[in-house]
Amino acid sequence: MKEVMVRPERCMGCRSCEIACAVEHSESKSLFAAVGESPSPRKRIYIEYIPEHAASVPVTCRHCEDAPCTTVCPTGALSREEISRKVVHSPELCIGCWTCSMVCNYGVIGRQKEARVAVKCDLCPGREVPACVEACPTNALVYAEVKDFSGIKRAEAALKLARGMKPGSAL
Amino acid sequence: MKPKAYERSIDPATRAMLLKAEKEGIETAWDRYEKQLPQCSFGQLGVCCRNCNMGPCRIDPFGEGADKGVCGATADIIVARNLLRMIAAGAAAHSDHARDAVLTFKKMSGGEAGSYGIKDEAKLFSLAAEYGISAEDRSKEEITAELASALLAEFGKQEGPIQYTRRAPETRLRLWAELGIEPRGIDREIVECMHRTHMGVDNDATHILLHGLRTSLSDGWGGSMIATEVQDVLFGTPEPRKATVNLGVLSEDKVNVIIHGHEPILSEMIVEAAEDPTLLKLAKEKGAKGINVAGICCTGNETLMRHGTPIAGTFLQQELAVITGAVEAMVVDVQCVMPALGSLTGCYHTKFISTSPKADFPGTNRIEFHEEKAYETAKEIVRTAVENFPNRSPEKVSIPDEKQECMVGFSAEAILKALGGTPTPLIDAIAGGSVKGIGAVVGCNNVKVQHNYGHVNLVKELIKNNVLVVTTGCNAIACAEAGLLVPEAASMAGEGLKGVCEALGIPPVLHMGSCVDISRILVLASAIAKALGVDISDLPAAGAAPEWMSEKAVSIGAYVVSSGVYTVLGTVPPVLGSAAVADLLTRGLDGVVGASFAVEPDPFKAASLMLARIEEKRKALGLKA
Ligand code: SF4
Ligand code: SF4
Ligand code: SF4
Repeated sequence: MKEVMVRPERCMGCRSCEIACAVEHSESKSLFAAVGESPSPRKRIYIEYIPEHAASVPVTCRHCEDAPCTTVCPTGALSREEISRKVVHSPELCIGCWTCSMVCNYGVIGRQKEARVAVKCDLCPGREVPACVEACPTNALVYAEVKDFSGIKRAEAALKLARGMKPGSAL
Repeated sequence: MKPKAYERSIDPATRAMLLKAEKEGIETAWDRYEKQLPQCSFGQLGVCCRNCNMGPCRIDPFGEGADKGVCGATADIIVARNLLRMIAAGAAAHSDHARDAVLTFKKMSGGEAGSYGIKDEAKLFSLAAEYGISAEDRSKEEITAELASALLAEFGKQEGPIQYTRRAPETRLRLWAELGIEPRGIDREIVECMHRTHMGVDNDATHILLHGLRTSLSDGWGGSMIATEVQDVLFGTPEPRKATVNLGVLSEDKVNVIIHGHEPILSEMIVEAAEDPTLLKLAKEKGAKGINVAGICCTGNETLMRHGTPIAGTFLQQELAVITGAVEAMVVDVQCVMPALGSLTGCYHTKFISTSPKADFPGTNRIEFHEEKAYETAKEIVRTAVENFPNRSPEKVSIPDEKQECMVGFSAEAILKALGGTPTPLIDAIAGGSVKGIGAVVGCNNVKVQHNYGHVNLVKELIKNNVLVVTTGCNAIACAEAGLLVPEAASMAGEGLKGVCEALGIPPVLHMGSCVDISRILVLASAIAKALGVDISDLPAAGAAPEWMSEKAVSIGAYVVSSGVYTVLGTVPPVLGSAAVADLLTRGLDGVVGASFAVEPDPFKAASLMLARIEEKRKALGLKA
């Protein structure tokens, strides 16, 4: 399955991904209409700012293979879709106990204020590429199979080695 | 799959050149727009502030993140401030253009700009009279000098109203005074916009926007109006005449000189220089059959209105003109000139000539233009074009066939003349219901709208419903390209309007000029309102800018609404990040200035909105539906 892979060194902290995510999960799916909707649409990707490094890092659901959130969810609201392998959330089953939030290593289970249920990344059903990935102006977010993404990383590392540079150093 | 060119424009000539561009691997505004997508949401909503270096700050439109900038500015404040800065830039562009026209006029009166003279003496005297400048026992030169000084003083005026605002109906003037939005000096209002939007000055959205209205009025009834009037005195008040438009006006065998930008000070001289016998002779020597001048954007509209000089295209056709491969020189002054022309002209033989002391672009031949030796410079520019003719590569040339006839030149004076000297016949037609009302449709092109789709469909819809359309700017050129500016276009109008047009021999869409000439529409609206003894906001009239893009359009929209005319915008202004500002613009203003904005990208729905407003006004005036 394709995942939203992050290249944090490219993130400018513009928050375009966050807005695109909220718009995609709005009633109207249009920016100009979404700003007037009530309840406000919620984003599911987060830009975390790390002051010591003056860096912005996009954090989003990893759709963990062995997902702690699905394991602890008492009602089955969080589950794994067998075919797509996505970790999905059914708001109608959610009782708002936040057990999932306690165990998620990434803190990417948010809260829909009005309905008092969890919200998380669903990889934008119906879209070829998730809204956040499409919105990112610097390609800090990539929608790819892990093996392909790793291939890209390997190629980058190889290039650096070839140039006599240490891998992992800034591009 | 249909080629992209079809989605990008409704105009066949434009499509043909877009296909040529694609084939030749040439990039255009549409390609660059695609690379910009998706555009920044904060920018689209107007909630990003860069007015001080504690920022940039932006507000989370969905209320999860920051709801204030570092200084505490809310979305309402940031959106209002950004809008005010757009108005300031727009008003500055029109008014600085006006200043240059007045300076030329003044230099001419002092004998320092010998290439210029007075073409409309009657207008000179009537303008002077408005300033209380007596004509008795005085020479024309003295009157000219005094008028020039009076006009120039409007820019830096510190006390008393701008003179031409007095042309508005009494009730409107009183309303402006009560609201405290009567404009003072033109430069002053613009400077005050910059002051108010500096960090920590004006931080109340409504208060900020009221100053926006005042600034825009200093444009519409100040800068723009002065530009129109002075240009009429210098170059003649337009009268109906025939001309041709679209890329097909470019010539296979003549030297093609494009004049693009906004100020007739330059283009008038180029048109004259192109008829210079020595240059015509040189053209022959270089193998050309003559010299063909064609306009783009409003400098084109200026010479079109006064001389019937052909127009090669609208704003979005500027690159396509070069792509024909047949343009020897692209001569530009100010406003709406894409810097992309620099690298584009580099792909062809075209010389990109910048002329304004204020404006340069990448890759230009610079031939700076000064009024003192205007004609000489114009000749040098045309000579550069002529000498470039042998460099044209025939295998790169492809000029579209499309070339459309049009009837232009409808200044307010010309319209009144066509009506027999008074607005009464038009008022009678409106009262009787054969003409439902007046639609003013103006503005740019914008890559966000299929080129000319918004313009042409909105105007067609209005005339079909018996609304007489007055037009300026790129809307006028778009309508001309679509064949709406010929008397025969009356056949596309509803029965009532058709009858009126046929009786008067006019098109159902009247070309009133360039963007500063929207001031002519204000003058016309004011004349009709005064004849009826009502305010402009009582008239069955509505405005629209279906494909607007520039900051000038924001200033125009604001002064049209402040003058009392409901206006529909075809592209969304960056204000939706503040519900309060959006609400004020689309509803609140009705209770303040008797008109408001609407946003409607679909031209058919936009026409319905305008028609509904016109019907409402008819009803209020007791006219039959
Ligand atoms: S919500 Fe957290 S724990 Fe659950 S799949 Fe996503 S990253 Fe893993
Ligand atoms: S859109 Fe891209 S650059 Fe912008 S905050 Fe998100 S990940 Fe970073
Ligand atoms: S003026 Fe206020 S909102 Fe604007 S950048 Fe400065 S601190 Fe931020």
